[in-house]
Amino acid sequence: MTAGAHETTLGLDHRKLAMWVFLGSEFLFFGGFIAAYLLYLDTTAGGPGVEIFDIPFTTISSFVLLMSSLTMVLAHHAHTKGDMRRMRLWVLATAGQGAVFLGGQVFEFNVFWREGLIYGDSPFASAFYTLTGFHGIHVFIGILMLLGLYSLTLTGKIKPGQPIKTEMIGLYWHFVDIIWVLIFGVVYLIPELALLE
Amino acid sequence: MSANPETSAPQADAEHDEHGHHPTPRDYVRIALILAVLTLMEYSTYVFDFGGLGIPLLVVLIAVKFVYVASWFMHLKFDTKIFSRFMYGGLALAFTLYVLTLIIILFASATGME
Repeated sequence: MTAGAHETTLGLDHRKLAMWVFLGSEFLFFGGFIAAYLLYLDTTAGGPGVEIFDIPFTTISSFVLLMSSLTMVLAHHAHTKGDMRRMRLWVLATAGQGAVFLGGQVFEFNVFWREGLIYGDSPFASAFYTLTGFHGIHVFIGILMLLGLYSLTLTGKIKPGQPIKTEMIGLYWHFVDIIWVLIFGVVYLIPELALLE
Repeated sequence: MSANPETSAPQADAEHDEHGHHPTPRDYVRIALILAVLTLMEYSTYVFDFGGLGIPLLVVLIAVKFVYVASWFMHLKFDTKIFSRFMYGGLALAFTLYVLTLIIILFASATGME
């Protein structure tokens, strides 16, 4: 294999390698917040705890985010085939599902806030809002990147022969999804189940 | 036209194929269906009483979903092992961080340092 302009000495694309280093470090970022949440699970200071969660609602929003990973991978596949019209369609579908997930999170935060789960009132509330809020910010950044990708392909700045651009954004998007797989299970379901037992 | 450092679409395909079978849209839809069923199973642990098995079952379901997304959607199954090391190395470090923090907090509460 000849050394390309974007290859490292490992023979890997340096942009892809950089993205994986970044994603690896992001695990520590979210790992710290998940650890803090689990350690402060019982410190509700008399306020609401995990019983406040609406599991059916969160299951639906988790499902939406999970399916956005499917449309994202289909967008990448269409780009590798040079089918830019289909690629843009899947990118928009992914951004749309991300927006639905984010809307659900804003709605959920509103409900929790009105029911007395106030940021700063207890270590539990702060840990919950910080963790899920940071995840929401990641989703928001992902949506901006997807919309940027959409417009750059429309203006011809990203061409059919550059699927690596879609792959990079796809990796970030799948990472956001995979973190939610952990959050949905570890933050919502396991404590709720422990409470019921 | 200036030289384009990016690979063309057929070249990009060839790069993927050098690591074996590249999944088709049908494969991706099949994986998404499996993930949907796994999510439904997660929800069932909340609806039905599995007793002491509920949490271990949930942990297994989370792990399976995690591996499916990482292997198929993030292409770790078809990419170089270095990327897998970053992914699972980061996860292992995050888990270690949790265990260490837990040990410190338990030690602090046991010795009255809180």
